[in-house]
Amino acid sequence: MIIDMDDDSVFRALADPSRRQLLDRLHASNGQTLGELCQNMEMSRQAVAKHLAILEDASLVATQWRGREKLHFINPVPINAIAERWISKFEAPRLNALSNLKRTLEGESNDQQ
Amino acid sequence: MTNSESRFVYVTYIRTTPEKLWEALTTPEFMKRYWFGMHCESQWTAGSSWKLVSGDGQIFDAGGIVEAEPPRRLVIRWQHQNKPELMAEGESQCTMELEPVGEAVKLSITHTIERRPSKLIEAVSGGWPKILSNLKSLLETGATVLQAPNPRQH
Repeated sequence: MIIDMDDDSVFRALADPSRRQLLDRLHASNGQTLGELCQNMEMSRQAVAKHLAILEDASLVATQWRGREKLHFINPVPINAIAERWISKFEAPRLNALSNLKRTLEGESNDQQ
Repeated sequence: MTNSESRFVYVTYIRTTPEKLWEALTTPEFMKRYWFGMHCESQWTAGSSWKLVSGDGQIFDAGGIVEAEPPRRLVIRWQHQNKPELMAEGESQCTMELEPVGEAVKLSITHTIERRPSKLIEAVSGGWPKILSNLKSLLETGATVLQAPNPRQH
């Protein structure tokens, strides 16, 4: 079992248009069964199941059982990690700028946190 | 998922122990470091009250602890208190599950509400991934990726 959301497996999983389509479908309607995800897909049930397994290994899809039904959910956490890898250093100064602005407007001293 | 339910699942693997992760999820001073200055207040036992408080003392969400099984499972009744349209949706349920996997702990957060669509579940869906990235980073490296909106200036 994979114990980390390593970037390579996430990028490999996202590199396939069918897998991105499956994520789009979960994003539109979260918590679907394999059968529901197979509807209107030009792929065999086996192919969809294989793609879902790759997405699950990359932690892009999380599954939960409800009775005998296995439900699939999009997991946005690794996608956020990818975004932060390149965006966070730009976002942090923005957050700092906002907090400095707030402090100035509200007349707080730096010690009042 | 039924047609009358909105459910989001967030999963991350953190190189830590269930005990340390449980402490991180239930200790206000630690929470503030990864939850953008917010923290939860509770006795963390079944039946006790629970609230999510902002850095300036505003109560954003309130409810109670449904189940607490340290360091494995925590279920929170969660109702928004700040924005009227989110408060009107009533109570949601947030389940946190901690499961040791090799050298890491799999943290699964399931946030559910008995309505579809749900503005509350949409609203929290942008927050949880950032909070979990920060929590993972803090536990594994001692530093957060994103700083709190009100970082200390010293």
